[in-house]
This record gives sequence, C-alpha cells and structure tokens, in this order.
Amino acid sequence: MTRAIEAEQVGKRYAVKGGEVGLHDLSVQAEQGQVHALLGPNGAGKTTAVRGLATLLRFDRGTARVAGYDVGREAERVRERIGLVGQYAAVDERLTAVQNLRFLGRLRGLGRAASAARAEALIEQFGLVAAANRAVSGYSGGMRRRLDLAASLIVTPQVLFVDEPTTGLDPAARRDLWNALRELVRQGTTILLTTQYLEEADELADKIVLLARGKVVAEGSADDLKAMVGPPIVQIRFATDADADAALPALVRVDAGARLDSSGSTVTLPATAPEVLGRSVDALTGAGLAAIEVTLRKPTLDEVFLTLTGDEPATEEAA
Amino acid sequence: MTTTITTAPAIAAPRLLAASWIIARRSISSWRQQLGTMATGWLFPIFVTLLFLGLFGGALDVPGDSTYVDFLIPGMFAVTMLFGLESTTLSAAADATGGLNDRLRSYPINGAAIVLGRAAADLISSLISLTLMIAFALAVGWRPDVGVPGAILALVLLLALRFALLWIGIFVGYGARSVESVAYIQIVTWPIAFLSSVFVNPATMPDWLGTLAELNPVSATATAVRELLGATSWPTQSFAGDQAVAMAALWPLLLTAVYLPLAARRFRKGGK
Repeated sequence: MTRAIEAEQVGKRYAVKGGEVGLHDLSVQAEQGQVHALLGPNGAGKTTAVRGLATLLRFDRGTARVAGYDVGREAERVRERIGLVGQYAAVDERLTAVQNLRFLGRLRGLGRAASAARAEALIEQFGLVAAANRAVSGYSGGMRRRLDLAASLIVTPQVLFVDEPTTGLDPAARRDLWNALRELVRQGTTILLTTQYLEEADELADKIVLLARGKVVAEGSADDLKAMVGPPIVQIRFATDADADAALPALVRVDAGARLDSSGSTVTLPATAPEVLGRSVDALTGAGLAAIEVTLRKPTLDEVFLTLTGDEPATEEAA
Repeated sequence: MTTTITTAPAIAAPRLLAASWIIARRSISSWRQQLGTMATGWLFPIFVTLLFLGLFGGALDVPGDSTYVDFLIPGMFAVTMLFGLESTTLSAAADATGGLNDRLRSYPINGAAIVLGRAAADLISSLISLTLMIAFALAVGWRPDVGVPGAILALVLLLALRFALLWIGIFVGYGARSVESVAYIQIVTWPIAFLSSVFVNPATMPDWLGTLAELNPVSATATAVRELLGATSWPTQSFAGDQAVAMAALWPLLLTAVYLPLAARRFRKGGK
C-alpha cells in the first residue's frame, strides 16, 4: 500500500530581515487513515510544510509524495486527492454558505444538481442549516471553520491538510471541530494538521512532529513526547509572595522539584506520582497556609520546548 | 505502473474556460448580496458627471462648437474605466488575503482560471457601469455624432484601457497584506482622473503638468474616444496629444505587457 504522505527531508528557505527562516529537513510518513500533527509555535515552519505538501509552494529540497503522487511533478494528480483547510475561512465572505459550497462543487466538476445536493448534505452535516442562506461575513468563528471544513470535503479527500484548525475558537467550537475531524478519519481520510496546542495534538494525532524554527525537535506518539517532556505540573498560586515563600519548604518536602516561578507568588512542582496533588494540599493545610488557586496541568508548549531544546520557542512573524 | 491507488477521482474538474466562467459567476452572484455597494460603484461616474456639469459646466470654455456635455461625456467614459481599478484591486486583495485563492490553487484546475474569472467579472462590472453612463448621457442631452465603426472602435479602446487596468489591480491586490492596506488605491485614482484632459484643458496647467496630463493614459483614451464620438478636443501641445488614437491603443498594450506578467508571476508564487 502506498503511503498517504511520504515526505523525505523536504525544506524551504526564506530570506528575511535579520536572517533566514523556513523549514529544514522534515520527513513525514503517514499511512492511510492516520492523523499526524506538526506542533510548534509561530515561525516553526508548520504552514510552509503544509503549503508545500498541498502543492501551493515548491520545496527547495527533498521529495514528497502525497496520495502516491509527487507534489512537484504530479501536482494536478495530488490536487485531485487532497483537501486544504487553511488558517482563514477560505470562502467568499459575501456569499452564503449554500452559494459558496455550490460554487466550489461546480469548480470540482460536480454538475448543477450534484453540487446543490452535496452543498445541502454538507450544510446538514456541519450544523449550518439555520445560517445556510446568510452571507458568511456574519458568521461566528466556529461557523466559519465548520463551513471551511465542509468546503474541503465536497469531494472526499484522501488526504486532508488542516492548518491550525482551532486557533481563536471557543472550547465548544473546538470540540465540534475535533469530532468532525475524527469522523473523517473513521472514513479513512489521512489528516496532517498543524497546531500550537499540545492538547490538540494529543487529542487527535497518532504521531506528532515537534517543530521549532523550521527544525524538527522531536517526534513520536503523544505518549512518547509526554515521556520526553516530563510529568504534569502542580501549580499553586498564593495571595502574596510572602505566602509563597512560607509555603515553599513544606512543598519541597512533598517533591524536591518544587520551586517558585518568576511571578514570585506561584509555586510549581512536578506531579511525578498521582498523589502529589493531594499531598501538596495536605502539606499546605498542615502548615496553616491557604492557596488561592491549585491546578494540575500538562506542561505548556513553552515548557516542552524549554525541556527539549533548552531554549525559548521562536516566535518570528513568518510561518 | 502503480496499481495500489484505488481512490482515483471519479469526476473530472472543469477545463480552463469553464472553470474561469464558474469563478466569474461567483463574483457576479456576490453582487446581488451587496447591491447597494455595487450600485454606488456603478453610478459613481454619473454622480461625478452631474457634479461637473452643474458646478463647472457654465464656467468652462470648450473647444469648437461642442457643448460641455458633448465634451465631458466621452472623457467620463474613460474615467468610468479608471474607477474600475479600485474594485479590481480590492476584490483581488480579498481573494488573496482571505485564503480563497489558496483553496482554489489547491484544486485540480488550471490556475489561470482564477485570474481569468476575476478579469471577466470585472470587465462585466465595468460594462454595466458604462451602459448606465451612456443611458444617463443620452438622457441629459448628449448626442454623439458617430457611425457604427467609430462607436465600436471607441468601445474597444475603452475596454482596452479597462483590460490593462485589470492587471495593475490584480498585481497590487494579490500582493496586499490586507484589504485595508490597498485602500489607498481609492485615493490614487482621483489625481489620475483629474490630472488628465477629461475635465479641463491641459494648456491651462503649468507646462510640465500639462505634458504629464497629456501623457496620462486616461487622457489618451478620453481624447481618442472624444474624437471618435464627434466632439472637438483641446488643441494639443505635445506628441501624445496629437496622436490620441494611437496612444489610446499603445498605452493599454504597454501597461498589459508590463503588468500581466507581473500579476501572473505574483499569482503563481501565491501572493506577496
């Protein structure tokens, strides 16, 4: 079976003021029906990778095949088999959802009746019935993304590229979109998604590639990466810096990794075992101290990069 | 031979002209959604003409036996074409920055269809504006003295100017960071319209400004169309003024030769 995505050491260089950005030596091997995530901050090269694989730009180096065809020499064949959900809702704002989907359907070669039927089915599937005949310019962010995804599914793609699907969405809209993507995967579509959120990659992806400044920092399954980045973190915030200082010795006895963070009023400690959270609270009670906020959370992307690269993530404009 | 690919597409994408027309039709359907905006654009040359007839019509001397109406109207046809530059630029910028171009470029269609569709829709829009302008002109007493061949040549020259401006608009629009960032085009079209022989005699301007006004592509088209439609133009002071019909053909050719390749190159690179 040919792989859905097979990229070998692809790269693209851009000259910008004060240096060079782009993408270096990315390799992706995705089987049909898998979800791969490119995870990284702005400027990591995620969008460059997606644009190259979706035939919107040419890589300077490496070779890539999508759905079995070379993205450079056989771009047309690739385009017949892919869908692209970009960072914007790539539809005509002035048109309604129905008009947009019919127009795109016609452009993909569906007849008048077939494109109308497909538009209706997609509008139903993505819960846009009530707004179907309103101009897209009045849609919420979540509605736009759903329409955008619907527009990418007019002809069911073998491989779907999704560039930062949930940036700017509220949690409910994010859930909806995740579910829609999972449904697609169940039907056999391969998805390559880019995201800035560890949680999103964790939820959806079989395999994650961690990118920073155009370079691959780490790759593996979500569990592999979590093992690399360390345990969840207990974060305890106090009303004053003095309270935090007073609590620190008690918390260090819970876990030697406890330390004050840069704000001065928050102590973090690695949750190396599930009971660290409970013991931290007990320790505070024992010392007669009250915290104003106790959270158990996964490492943030910043902390992941700090751990893996010993460096802050780059956040250049160009992506 | 690869035999493992089982999901070959069942349907063929439309060819270049069919795809172009589908893309043009999408712009045309959007006009209905924003009829107010579109109508304002289409009628704008008429407002400007009314303004000039009312404000300056009595004060301006026109050459020969022409009335100011007969003199002004053909020039306003050329200005109508110029005003189309604004909508091309802004629509092209919206397509490029909103991601629609990227989506269409990821489709198995000839990419030229995206540009041709834009061009066709904009030409149709300008034709609507021109038709309204002609109807208005006839209503306020404009009586051209022209035969069919002359009228056709005038129309061809007007559309040639509009065609050339398409590529400038697409080039600028596709390079835009945002629609707002190219809104300046609205301001730029005004001095181009006024620094011409459409409204006043370039001979009344300082020498260098008058020469510039006569060199203006809008002046070339205005003067040529005026002559073709039987009105007398200002006595001219430069070669460009003397050879109006030739200049009205040359300018659009030159602008197209420069900007069409630039626009195409920018489109292929995906903007910027």
